[in-house]
Formats: sequence, C-alpha cells, structure tokens
Amino acid sequence: MNGANGRYMDYADGRIPLGMVVSGSLSEGVKVRLDDGVSIEDIKVGTFVSLQGQRNRFLGVLTEIALESTDDGITSAPPDMSSPLLAQVLSGTIAYNTVTVEPMLIMGADTMNAPQPAKTIPPHFSRASLASEEDIQMVFGSEDAGHFYIGNPMDMEVRLCLDIDELVKRSNGVFGKSGTGKTFLTRLLLIGILQRGMASNLIFDMHGEYGWRGSSEHTNEVKGLKQLFGSKVAVFTLDPESATRRGLRPDYVVSIGYDDIEPEDVEILRDTWALSDIAADTAHSLRRNLGKGWLRKFLTYAGGDEFSELAREMNVPHSTLSALRNRLNRLGRFEFITEGKGSNSVNEILNYLQRGMHVVLEFGRYGNNIDAYLLIANLLTRRIHDRYVQMSEQASGDSTQQPRPLVITIEEAHKFLSPAIAKNTIFGNIAREMRKYNVTLLVVDQRPSGIDDEVMSQLGTKIACLLDNEKDTDAVLSGVSGSRKLRTVLARLESNRQALVFGHALPMPVVIQTREYGSPESYRELGFVEAAELRAQAERDVDVLFGPGGC
Amino acid sequence: MNSDTSSARLVRIGEVIEASTSEFTAQCYRLYDAPDIGSLVLCGEETPTYGIVCEATTQSIDPGRASIPRGLNAETEADVFNSNPQIERLLFTKFRAVIVGYCGGVGYQGGNEIRRYPPLSAPRIYSFVRECDANEVAEFSSSHEFLNILLDTPIGSQDHVITSFLRQASAAHPDAHEYLVGAGKSLASALPGQLPRLSSILRSLE
Repeated sequence: MNGANGRYMDYADGRIPLGMVVSGSLSEGVKVRLDDGVSIEDIKVGTFVSLQGQRNRFLGVLTEIALESTDDGITSAPPDMSSPLLAQVLSGTIAYNTVTVEPMLIMGADTMNAPQPAKTIPPHFSRASLASEEDIQMVFGSEDAGHFYIGNPMDMEVRLCLDIDELVKRSNGVFGKSGTGKTFLTRLLLIGILQRGMASNLIFDMHGEYGWRGSSEHTNEVKGLKQLFGSKVAVFTLDPESATRRGLRPDYVVSIGYDDIEPEDVEILRDTWALSDIAADTAHSLRRNLGKGWLRKFLTYAGGDEFSELAREMNVPHSTLSALRNRLNRLGRFEFITEGKGSNSVNEILNYLQRGMHVVLEFGRYGNNIDAYLLIANLLTRRIHDRYVQMSEQASGDSTQQPRPLVITIEEAHKFLSPAIAKNTIFGNIAREMRKYNVTLLVVDQRPSGIDDEVMSQLGTKIACLLDNEKDTDAVLSGVSGSRKLRTVLARLESNRQALVFGHALPMPVVIQTREYGSPESYRELGFVEAAELRAQAERDVDVLFGPGGC
Repeated sequence: MNSDTSSARLVRIGEVIEASTSEFTAQCYRLYDAPDIGSLVLCGEETPTYGIVCEATTQSIDPGRASIPRGLNAETEADVFNSNPQIERLLFTKFRAVIVGYCGGVGYQGGNEIRRYPPLSAPRIYSFVRECDANEVAEFSSSHEFLNILLDTPIGSQDHVITSFLRQASAAHPDAHEYLVGAGKSLASALPGQLPRLSSILRSLE
C-alpha cells in the first residue's frame, strides 16, 4: 500500500501506515484520515488496524470507508480533472479519504498481559496502520494444541487460530447462503475439535459430506473425516446400500424400531407434516392411552367404529386422529424403521463417543428427506442427551467421572430450532442449557432467521459466511455489540471461502479467508499421511532398527 | 547556504532603497534590469534576506518631470535611445520583493540555516541585491512555508507571483512535476474554500 512515489514506506516495526486519527467516539468508532498516497482501492472493510495511542496500542476492525472533501464546491461544481496536476493535488488534500475503525482490543505496553476489550479510544492524531502478523498472533494465539488454524485474516498471510477449548464450551453456529462454504468451514471445525481431542463429535451428516468423500465446487471430491482420521472416526449409516456403492464399509448400520419412536419425535415433524397443534398433542395422548408400542398399535388400529371410539375417548376430532395416522403411515416408507425395537444404535454411538471416537451418521438416500433427518436426529439426540444427563448427575462433584464433552452437528438447523418448536425439542434444550451436561451443538444453517431468538443468543461462537437476506443478517448479529458496523462487513463478504467469525472463541470479530482444504498439501498439514508414505516410513524404520535387509 | 554562491561570483543587479521587515524595494543599476516577477533574490551580507519579486517599475528619476513620447519621427525604438542618450540617465528601474526568509545566525538556533519566515529586522538601505542561482532556488523552495507569506502579503497579482515563482522553482528541482504536486498540496491547504482559485493557479502551472 505504499504511495506511488514511494514516500510512504513501512514503519520501522513492519506495519504499513494508513493515516491519522482525526475524530470519533467509542460508540461510533474512530475516524482515520488516510495518508496522502494510500489508495482507497486497497482498503477493505474487515481489515485489522493497529492504532498507536500515547500509552497503549489498540487493535480494531475497519468498518467504514468514506470519500470526503473540505470544500463543498467539489460536489456541486467538480473541477476539471483532465489536468493531471490538478487531479494529483486535489486528491489527499481537498478531496480526501477516511476510514472508520472500531477499536476492539487494547494492548498495554506490557506485552505479557492478554489484550483486553477496548473501553477507551486512542487520542487525536494517533497513527493508524495495518495490523502486523505479530499483532494477530498476539491476539488470536499461535497454532498449537489448543488453537486450530482456521484461515487467514483478509489479505494477510498470518494464520488465524480458533481457541478450540473455548469453542466447545458452548453451542456454536455456522451460517451462510447455499454455496458459500458452510460445509467446508464446518468440516474444518470438526477436524479442529477432533485433533484437540477434548470432545467427541456426533455429526448428523445429511448429504454425506463429512464422513466419507465430500464434494467441493472447485475439485470434484475431497476427503471426509473417516479417510483422514480413520482410527478416530466411525461412520454409521441408515442406508448401507448407498454406503457400499460409495466404497465405504460403514462401522454400524442404524435401524430404528417403531417402539423407539416417542411423541416428541412426532412433534418435531409437525411443520414438515403440516400437523395441527392438536394432532401433535394427540401423539402424547395416544402414548398415554395405548402405552408401550403405542405407534405400532395405533397404525394397526382397526378402522371404522373402533377408530371413532378411540377419537372420542381421547376427546379429539376423528379427522385429526385420522390425519395423524396418515402422516405416521409415511414412516413405513423408511427401510431403517423396523418392527419392535431397532438396533441398539444409541448404545453403540455412546460407546464410540466415550472411547473418544467421533461418529458420523450418514443418511444415504434419505439425505434429501427432511422427515427422516429430523426424526433420526431428534430421536437419537434425545436419548443420547438423556444418557448424558444421567452420567453427569451420577458424576456430580467428581469431575474425573464427567462424560466426555460431546458436540452434536446438525444441518438445516432451523427445522429443529424454529421458534414454534425450539422450546419443546431436545435441540432447543441443549442450546439453552449450554454445557451443563457436557453436550453442545454445532448448528449449520442457511436460514438463521428461522431459528429461535433465544437459541441464537445462546450460541457462543458464530461463523457467518455471506448472507444477503436482511432478516438472516439481523438474526446472526442480534445481541452483538457494534452489530451495525459488522453488518457492513457481513454484507460484503465474498461469496465463497470468506467468513465473519465472532463470539466466545475469539477476542474480537474477524473476517477470514478459510484455509485450503482438498489438496494433498492441505491433508498433510492436517496430519494425514498417505498409505504409500506410511509404508515407506515403516520400511525406513525397519531398516533403522534391523539394518538394511534385516527382519 | 552554499558559500560558493558569493556575491562576488554572482552579478549584483541593484541596491535596496526602501525596506521594511516584510518587503524591500531595490533600484537596478541598469535600466530595465529588474528580475522577472516571481524570481528569488537575496539582499544584504550580514543577514542575507530572501525576497520574491512581486512588482517592477520603470519611471522618471525626477518625480516632477514625467517622461514624454520622443519617437514620432524615429524608425525604431532603438533610434529613440540613440538620438536621446540622456534617457538612460533620466529613467530608472526598481522592483519590489516580498521578504520570505533569511539566512543566518539570527534566531534561537543560530547557525547558517535558511529560515523561511521574515527576519527580526529590515534589510539595510544600500544592501546589495542579486538574483539567486538554480541551486539556491532549489534549496529555498524545498519547503513550502513561503507560500503562506506570499498569500498573506497584500500584493497585486498575487496568484501571478505565486505561479511564476513555482514555475522557476520547479525547473530547479530534478522532478518538476513531483515538485509542483507537493507545492500544489501545500497551496490547497493554504486556500481552504477557494477551489476555483486553486484550480486556476494549478492550471496555469501546466
């Protein structure tokens, strides 16, 4: 960003100068007049800016860029800019540029102290410069066991890291329009959690993108978690045929028995099945009336007078009961639903999770069936959560006996967490009770406005890719200080591989360019070693141990 | 200041005949020998003082004896002088210069540096006046504080003086355009709310 004439060189500390603080406030951010020679076209919102005060250094985010002038005449009667001298003289003097920087953190002279949220602003004439790589590392931490490299700040080479320990303490969200890179980011987060080893993942993988071979818009195929971390990841499936076709040998085939389905599972399907409130409540009454195996009994209940009698007994209109039965009959289309009790999927999943493994549940051909996704995710999560509650209560007071923290990843989250049902579903509970029972959510969604406000406000860290619907932007930014300015940043993200990350796991909001995923180098960086390489290493080790030709 | 550019080597053009701390008037030794408007001149030996020529006048020595036309029957203007050799003695040329700085030990720092503000005392009458050479012009004009003095002094055709000086100064710098851009920016700060005037000055510099 040096001036064309080379007069604007980097500061001695390596930071590239931007300009000088000329006005501002804590609530509105400080205005920095750009130095003559700094091209406004090189400035981007979301960039990190370092402000050098008299005693402290501030780190902020650039939130606004403006063209200004000292002379009103420039707008009413613009000068003839065909003269190059006039053009060069006016730019930077009468016509100048400003940027607004929101000071986020204050870094004292003592570099040992962690940066604190900025509660004041730098004085007039403080120098502003682009933040250096050291600034970023000081604020976000360097890549280590607890910090996972997720991407680079805009236009910077430095690696920006997320504090994984902080991340898994609360529920988190990944939002963005379709095709903006949500899946990539989610996959990276999951790998971060997996590598840290503090928590287990349970992923309801709707479209088969996480476990085994995902797709990318640039390359045809990218490796899934099972391929990269085979010994730590178990793939469960609802559709073994689909898994076989894709060359995957699933670790477990999940089946659900009719007896496993509870009225709460019916409730979550209320919207997709267009059931009335009464019909949804009727499922609870049926459970009470018919007892264990209520669903099977209800579906095989004789029609005619007996059915009318049942409706009368339960005090619901015949049509309502009939509508409920019609909808429930749809369950018969799912091959993974079996008579009686299904496979003991919950126990299997828990066994894997408690062993420190990560479970990806693939839906195969049911991936496009939202009913199947909602039903399975809700049913399994409810039971797993119940078990976690039990385990947590048994271990109360003894932190060593606490169950291993669990992060449950759900896609199309607004279907589980819509305002109408969030209060009653297990996902709403998990999001609200935070990590009381060591279970948190990673919600992935493209319509955050469809998610209950209370749930949104409980999300610890939010990763937002491009969102252009105003309601969605509002929903993501609700309750965030300085949200008005972040909105500008959010609306101007590139449509792919860029995201605004803010919340609990980061000291300040940041726009990142998502790290690369899909190339052999990227896999190697994530610790993946190709089989051929492994063999070669083994041979080398044998040679070292026993000498060439030994063994 | 470069000591080689002593008055011995550079030709004197006149002497100060009237002086204040803000400007001085010098009379030329020879008729019509005034420097161009906007030229940088230096007067005095003890406290060399810089001035920018803002006005030049040629008139009769005797205020009571105005010049009259003499060339009705002459073929050329030179014929007028040839047939009236006394004219050169009856007329004189003088020029006025705005004081824009001085050089030397007056000031809290002492030394021989160029100071681009008026001296504490006016140049002495009969101080020798000479034009500055290109090196001196380049050195003096390397900083633009003199622009404010020119703009604050009530002189006629102020903008003309400024553009003339800047044209000469830019020629003395290795990159004339870059120099003009820098000076133009200083001028822009010194002329707030006067965009048309600034535009006109800058356009005349191209």
